[in-house]
Formats: sequence, structure tokens, C-alpha cells
Amino acid sequence: MQTKINHQPTTGSIYQAKESRLAKFKKELKRGKHYYILMAPYFIIFGLFTLIPVAVSFVLSFFHFNMLEFPNFIGWDNYSRLFLNDDIFMIALRNTFIFAVITGPISYIACFLFAWIINELSPKVRAFMTLIFYAPSLSGNVFFIWLIIFSGDSYGYLNGFLMSAGFILEPIQWLRDEQYILWVVILVQLWLSLGTAFLAFIAGLQTIDRSLIEAGAVDGIKNRWQELWFITLPSMKPQLLFGAVMQITMAFAVADISIALAGFPSVNYAAHTVVTHLMDYGSIRFEMGYASAIATVLFTLMVGTNLVIQKLLRKVGE
Amino acid sequence: MTLFRKRRKIFRIKKRLNRSFTVSFLMFALLAVFGAFMALPLVYAINNAFKPLDEIFLFPPRFFVRNPTMDNFFDLVAIMGNSWVPLSRYFANTLVITIVGTVGHILLASAAAYPLAKYRFPGSKTIFSIVILALMFSPHVTAIPNYMVMSWLGWIDTHLALIVPAMAFPLGLFLMKQFMEQIPDALLEAAKIDGASEYRIFWTIVMPNVKPAWLTLMILQFPMLWGTNGGNFIYSESLKTLNYALEQIVLGGIARAGVGAAVALFLMMVPITLFVISQSSVISTMANSGIKD
Repeated sequence: MQTKINHQPTTGSIYQAKESRLAKFKKELKRGKHYYILMAPYFIIFGLFTLIPVAVSFVLSFFHFNMLEFPNFIGWDNYSRLFLNDDIFMIALRNTFIFAVITGPISYIACFLFAWIINELSPKVRAFMTLIFYAPSLSGNVFFIWLIIFSGDSYGYLNGFLMSAGFILEPIQWLRDEQYILWVVILVQLWLSLGTAFLAFIAGLQTIDRSLIEAGAVDGIKNRWQELWFITLPSMKPQLLFGAVMQITMAFAVADISIALAGFPSVNYAAHTVVTHLMDYGSIRFEMGYASAIATVLFTLMVGTNLVIQKLLRKVGE
Repeated sequence: MTLFRKRRKIFRIKKRLNRSFTVSFLMFALLAVFGAFMALPLVYAINNAFKPLDEIFLFPPRFFVRNPTMDNFFDLVAIMGNSWVPLSRYFANTLVITIVGTVGHILLASAAAYPLAKYRFPGSKTIFSIVILALMFSPHVTAIPNYMVMSWLGWIDTHLALIVPAMAFPLGLFLMKQFMEQIPDALLEAAKIDGASEYRIFWTIVMPNVKPAWLTLMILQFPMLWGTNGGNFIYSESLKTLNYALEQIVLGGIARAGVGAAVALFLMMVPITLFVISQSSVISTMANSGIKD
């Protein structure tokens, strides 16, 4: 008798707990109704043009698809062709790595270094210098100006300057000579790369708690390098993480500049990148399955690198 | 008294830190050299727009203009009237795309950022980590399926294909959410007690408080749309953009070089002017831009 009485409420309570968790979830969903409605317009578009495309791209990479015939499944064939049979892709991959390894770290450090120096100036000069360094990112496609500077005939500014100064006798084909193309594109990419991260760093430096610096001075911080390492960098960590994401994504996405300066395709694929390879197969040859495999590789490269660097940067100042 | 003395001592230390002359000198030299590197092409673009045709093709090439003239701009106006599709049409297209895209982006991103910044509800954390993940790859990745979605929607060769995807760029939502987090909860609570609905709170309390972030989203979004050449989506000549027209003029070669320089100057000056106006707001938004743990 006793056990039965005891038994009854326990089962009841378990049952009730289960019920209430579901009910609680439902209630939360209902409470959040307005929030979902507010978010809906943005996330419908975001889903349609960002999330679904990533998924579609991944799925398509296992198909043969040319926009006309019905796609047919071919397993890993696209990938094996990409890595084993496509010499041009290997060039593209190599160039992309060169771009990323050079422009990524240099632009990241430049963003921080210049933000740090500019931060010591008086507010008016600071605003002006910020404008100077950020202006290339703002002026967008005006980088065709570099075409005139690096023009291959003697009207090109660089050639004209070098010739009149006597360094060279004949104009150099900066954008047609395999030796130089990659470096010219890297230079212009660097010119354009002080973007969002640079602004974030400037802002981050301005908001560092002054009392931290004063406390550091009392605690025996001797020079500005120590200040940088022990106070500035750790208190800017969130901005540093954000800036890294921006710069890494940018460093892997070199394409428009390469096309504008070196042409598409560039001489002997000297400035060919994964993105231009993707454009080649996606919007010229219409091998959508193959292009999707390239896109998936690009996605993996970008996100993978970003996640690894995030892990590393979280250790700064620890 | 001791506090005061401490302060002074700190002040002196601070001064000494800043006073290392060689380091300062090296830094400012660095700043000057690279500042020149950044500015030269732009200064050149400005100079070029005012050069008469014979100066543009001078050998050896000259950097600064000698006899500034407005000819290029007059030619530009003349061409605007004469060409098959008037240049003003390209300008109007660019203007529509840029304004609708930017305003739409600010509105949609703010509406989506408000719940993510201020409330916890099922899925809120997952959604935000997806947005951060989306910052980690460039739009190139999604270009091909994007085209398919566009053609499925029937948006190819319409301005919608450029405007609508731009409204949902992840960077804007991310920055807006980080900025909104600093709105005090008490403000929202008070409004709720007064019986305001979520929509009303969003529109009358949150939105006016994030004006600096609006300007930031504008500064990030505007140049992208302003500089678009229509990509693969626009085929009709009458729907093309100003930047496309500029590219055509530049490709058109020597005879139009002066006009090209004038258009380039115009294309460049608009975003730069906007940035000059909004710089302090942009910096104050960016202060909240960090990715926190």
C-alpha cells in the first residue's frame, strides 16, 4: 500500500517534467514570436543567397551538371579531376597560397601598425590620416589607375620614371611578363587591403581604458613595446579576432584585381587564382558541377584557415 | 595629496614613453612614406581629371596637372546627351541600386540584429554563429548557386539581382548586433512596462540609439553597390551601371581618356565624401566590432 502511494507521485512528476520541458520550449518559441518576425526578412534573403547556395554548391560538386542536361551523380570524380588532372588548378592553388601567405599577414600587420601610429596623433591629424589610408578601400574600382602606372609602354608612369632616371632602357611589360605580374597584383592588393580591419583597430585603440595604461606604468612597464604587448594587444583581442577574419577572407578572394590588371586569363596563368579558376568554369565553360567542386575547396580553405587563426589569436597575451 | 603626486609621476612616465625620439621619428617616416603610397594614385586620379588631352599623353608622363581645365567635365556632359544610352541613365541606375540596397540593408540588418543582441530565444546562439561563419568566406563561393536562385526567381537582368542579396550581407548584421548590445536593458524594460510592443520598441527606442551604426553600415555597403558593374546579372544596356560605363570608356581607349578620368573622379569622390562626413560615427561603431568569446 505504502509503496503504491509512493510510486504514484514519482511517475507523475517525471511525466510532468517531460511535458513541461516541451511546453516550456513551446512557450519560449511563442514568446520569441516577435523576434522571429523581426528577423525573418533578413534571414529569408540570407538563407536564399548565402546558406542554400553553400549547401547547393556542396551537393552539386558530386554531380556532372552543365545547366542543360539533368545533373547526374559522379561521386568524387570532380575532386579527383581537380587535384590529379588539372594542372591549371594547381597553378591557381599555388598562386592563391602565395597571395594569401604574403598579403594576409602583411596587410594584417600593416592595419595594426598604421592604426597604432595614427592613434598617437592629435585628433584632427588622426582623422585625416585615417581617411588617407582608408580611401583606397572606399574608392572601389578606381584601381584601374594602376593600369596606367604599370602600363607596358613608355607612357606608363613607372616605365617613364625608370627610363628618364636611366634605370632601364626599354619599357618593361609589367602586366604581360610572368616575372612581374604576380608581384604587381600583390602590390595593388596590399594598397587596397587597409579596410574594415583597419577601422576596427583604430576604434579599438581609442577605447582602451586609459587607467589600464596608467596602472601598467605604475607596475613597471618601461617602454612602448612592453605597453603594446602587455596592455594594448590583450585589451584589443576582440578587434584583433575580427580583423583577422576580414583580412584572411580578403587574402583568399583575390580575383577582381587580378582580372582588371593582368587580364582573364592572365599570361600563362601567372595571376590565375582559385577564384578566377572558378569563374572560368562557372561563367565561361558552364561546367557547374566542376565549378562547385572548386567553390567547395575555396570554402574549405577560407573557413579552415579562419578557424585555425582564430584559435591561435585567442592565445595572444595569455 | 599622494594621489596627486602619483598622477604627476605617471604623467612623467607617460611622457618619457612617448619621447623616445628615434623611434618616433622612424614611425612618422614610415607613416609618411606609406601614406604617400596610399594617396598617390588618388591624387593622380584627381589631377588627371583636370588635365587637358595633350597633357594626358605627354612623354615623359607628368604627375601633376600644369594647366588645369574643366574640359573633361564638359566633354562628359556632351557625351551624356549624345550616346545611345545617355550617361545620365547609367547614373540613375547606379543611384537606385545604391540607395535602395543600402537603406534596405540598414533596415533589415537592424531588425534582425535587435533580437539577437538583446534576447535569448531558441536558436539565437546558433543563428549568430552562422552569421560569424558567413564572415569567413567571400561571396565568390556562392556565385554559381546564386545565379541559379536568381534565374529561378526570374530576377536575371533586373536590378533586384543586385539589390536584394546586398541587403543581407553578414558584416552589417554582425556590426549592428555588436553595437546594439550596449543599449541599456533598463531602457527597453521601461518601454515594455509602458506597454510598448517589440516592434514599437525596436522602431522608437532602438533605432534612434544606433544612428552611428547606420552610418557605418552605409559606409561599408555604399561603395560596394556604388562600384558594381552589374556582374553577370545585367544584360540590357539601359539597366547597366555607371561603373560599367566607366569600364567601357576606359576600354574605348585614347580618345576618351580625359572623360574616363572625369567619371573616375566622380565615382571616387562620392564614397570618400560620405566617409569624411560619417567618420566619427563609424569609428565609434567599430569600437564594438570585436568577436568576443
